[in-house]
Amino acid sequence: MSDLASSSGSGLKAWLTSENPGSHLQASCSRAYYAWLDFAANRLALLGLIIVGLLIAVAAFAPLLATASPIAPDLTQRLLPPSADYWFGTDELGRDIYSRIVYGTRLTLYVVVLVAVIAAPVGLLVGTSAGYFGGWVDKILMRITDIFLAFPRLILALAFVAALGPGIENAIFAIAITSWPPYARIARAETLTIRRADYIAAIRLQGASSWRVIWGHVVPLCTSSIIVRVTLDMAGIILTAAGLGFLGLGAQPPLPEWGAMISSGRKFLLDQWWLASIPGIAIFIVSLGFNLLGDGLRDVLDPKSGD
Amino acid sequence: MIDIQNLNVVFGSGADRVHAVKNVSCRIAGGESFGLVGESGSGKSTVLRALCGLATGWDGEVTIDGEALEAGARRSDAFYKTVQMVFQDPYGSLHPRHTVNRILSEPIAIQGLDNPGSRIDEALQQVGLGEGFRFRFPHQLSGGQRQRVAIARALILKPKILLLDEPTSALDVSVQAEVLNLLMRLREELSLTFVLVSHDLAVVSHICDRIAVMRNGEVVEEVTADDLARGQPADRYTRQLLLASKGYDRAAIDQFEDFG
Amino acid sequence: MSEPLLSVRDLSVSFDTRKGVVEAVRGVSFDLGREKLGIVGESGSGKSQTGRALLRLTPPPGRVSAKTMTFDGIDLLGAPDRQLRDLRGGRISMVMQDPKYSLNPVMTVGRQIREAYRAHTKVSKSGAKTKSLEMLEAVRIRDPERVYRAYPHEVSGGMGQRIMIAMMLITDPDLLIADEPTSALDVTVQLQVLAILDDLVSQRGMGLIFISHDLNLVASFCDRILVMYGGQVMEELVAAELHNAQHPYTRGLLECLPQVDSRDKDLPVLTRDPGWLL
Repeated sequence: MSDLASSSGSGLKAWLTSENPGSHLQASCSRAYYAWLDFAANRLALLGLIIVGLLIAVAAFAPLLATASPIAPDLTQRLLPPSADYWFGTDELGRDIYSRIVYGTRLTLYVVVLVAVIAAPVGLLVGTSAGYFGGWVDKILMRITDIFLAFPRLILALAFVAALGPGIENAIFAIAITSWPPYARIARAETLTIRRADYIAAIRLQGASSWRVIWGHVVPLCTSSIIVRVTLDMAGIILTAAGLGFLGLGAQPPLPEWGAMISSGRKFLLDQWWLASIPGIAIFIVSLGFNLLGDGLRDVLDPKSGD
Repeated sequence: MIDIQNLNVVFGSGADRVHAVKNVSCRIAGGESFGLVGESGSGKSTVLRALCGLATGWDGEVTIDGEALEAGARRSDAFYKTVQMVFQDPYGSLHPRHTVNRILSEPIAIQGLDNPGSRIDEALQQVGLGEGFRFRFPHQLSGGQRQRVAIARALILKPKILLLDEPTSALDVSVQAEVLNLLMRLREELSLTFVLVSHDLAVVSHICDRIAVMRNGEVVEEVTADDLARGQPADRYTRQLLLASKGYDRAAIDQFEDFG
Repeated sequence: MSEPLLSVRDLSVSFDTRKGVVEAVRGVSFDLGREKLGIVGESGSGKSQTGRALLRLTPPPGRVSAKTMTFDGIDLLGAPDRQLRDLRGGRISMVMQDPKYSLNPVMTVGRQIREAYRAHTKVSKSGAKTKSLEMLEAVRIRDPERVYRAYPHEVSGGMGQRIMIAMMLITDPDLLIADEPTSALDVTVQLQVLAILDDLVSQRGMGLIFISHDLNLVASFCDRILVMYGGQVMEELVAAELHNAQHPYTRGLLECLPQVDSRDKDLPVLTRDPGWLL
């Protein structure tokens, strides 16, 4: 998208800003282009986008970027400080921390994407159904949501992992199960205002079924605020995943999960600071990136700020 | 075409109970243009919403194009092809994230009709919008253009009856004139039956042949537009409305009665 | 006529947007004495921005410029913010379209009127209350004591707008700017509220700027009319002479209104001439 905007010659720009789009594709691109202009005007949001973009790039090209194996120990090279050979030093088993950080992006991204893919649609579906149908459907769905909301996230995740056994998949499942209720609440609140709109009345008068109204007309309007909220929650999800890793309930050794790295590095914190600090900084930067991105997206996508 | 007997609409219960429409009866012939006029809270829009099924808590006997309607029951597909509605606020009646093309193709898809492309072209042409508008989003249209799109959406299922809920009250007067002309032309070309709701006596008497004046949920009088033009409505309330629609007259205002 | 109360020359308001500079008001000039001046136009004509610019209430990023903009000898453009705050609500008041958004929902009506009065006059609390009740009576509210104690959601729209007028006139301003003050009301209520406004304005000898989209209403209510289009004044008329309007835009606006007593088939449609905007 950034290439598209910066390299746009007069032809492309004219196509994007045309008053009379000739196809659905052009209309959508034009809309996205204007949203991009709004977004790009916000420097911090751009910084967030760059950080998240880098995270994805590093995860994609991890084998090319890493200088050593992230899991193979080399006991002759234990606890070395940062140097030209080992940019971020080595850990207690002689593994290169830089390479572990690089491979760790994959785990972080894995957690983040899977949680988003599970929690956001569940929240959307529950929230929009409750809001649109109202009555007893609303009561039942929202009480279930309340039950999940009543548990502290980390504690419920702990309980799930304790029951299902430690491991990254179970950690993801546990986080996903505790993060959908806020999305359901947001989606329900938005649906309550949307369902009273005349355009919903109009589509109902054309004989549309409830599911068609929800999926085709209500959900697309709720999606943007859910996307914003999910992005802002990413930092929390990463921290929860790291927390589970730190407690030994998330990713299992020798996987280079950042939280687990901090956990094993804390024993050496006073003498070999880089073991715990480097993954800590990585978590900090990525969380910050998602937060900045979410803030920027909110300014662009929030339906309350108008078209 | 439309036969309404003893229509009552009640919202809420207990202390919040509102009897919005009280014993309204009227008969509208095919091809006729019928107006409901009244001030806010008179129940005029509620009658329309009960007719089309958006308000469910009503009782009475309502027959539209030979089909007897039941409150709360889902209407048949044939009903939606017979009756369509145009709403007041052109800014709130079009989905903000859908292009004109999508807005117009939805009803075709729902009713499973063929040739969506040519139907959309035809509807856009009927309301005087060119090809260039087809892939625009609502925020790229003016108020008048939006209302034209809303009319096209109502026409695309080729209904016999058009329910118009204050279709021009959110528009500038010059745009209102264009939309009123368009509605008049469409009614003639497509031999439509109109039910128009408005607070504006001039708009109603311009479009409609027969007018029911409503106050506090009741019809106080049914007049023909010709009688209204002669300035001779029978009811005092109608006369006051008529006087008020002529503009500011300091002396006349002191004679106004409070009908509460 | 002596020195005008308000004198405006070449008033312009412009907004910087992504698509370039939008000129909402372009070179508007008028004088106002102690009379009723109507500003009429369709949406986007700049009529509301003109009214706001007079009190420097133009929302950012708008920019206001004018050759002169003086109120009773005070330069409204150059006056320090402090002086302007004293003027607003004191000698110049403004009534907006919807009372729902202008009244504070969590404060009683009486307290709001009282505070408005005390912000501009040194007076005791009980003195302010007496004056507020008098004012509520002046806008013909039947039970002023009850309304004084009521919250804004407990009163109807017409009543709310009367309360707004009471609040705006309690400081005895010299100039009242009313921006579509009755557009949200039913016709009969609208006329009753206007009658109250009319009586008060003529009793107190104030100047009134009445901003509206309704040409007929303005013509029957005001003394003089400015017809605006595209940020410019198209024509200035004596209200009683409206039927003699010369400008094609004014004529077009008049003709495109449906009439109860002439049911012609087609309404004449207004065609806009880019040449009107120079």
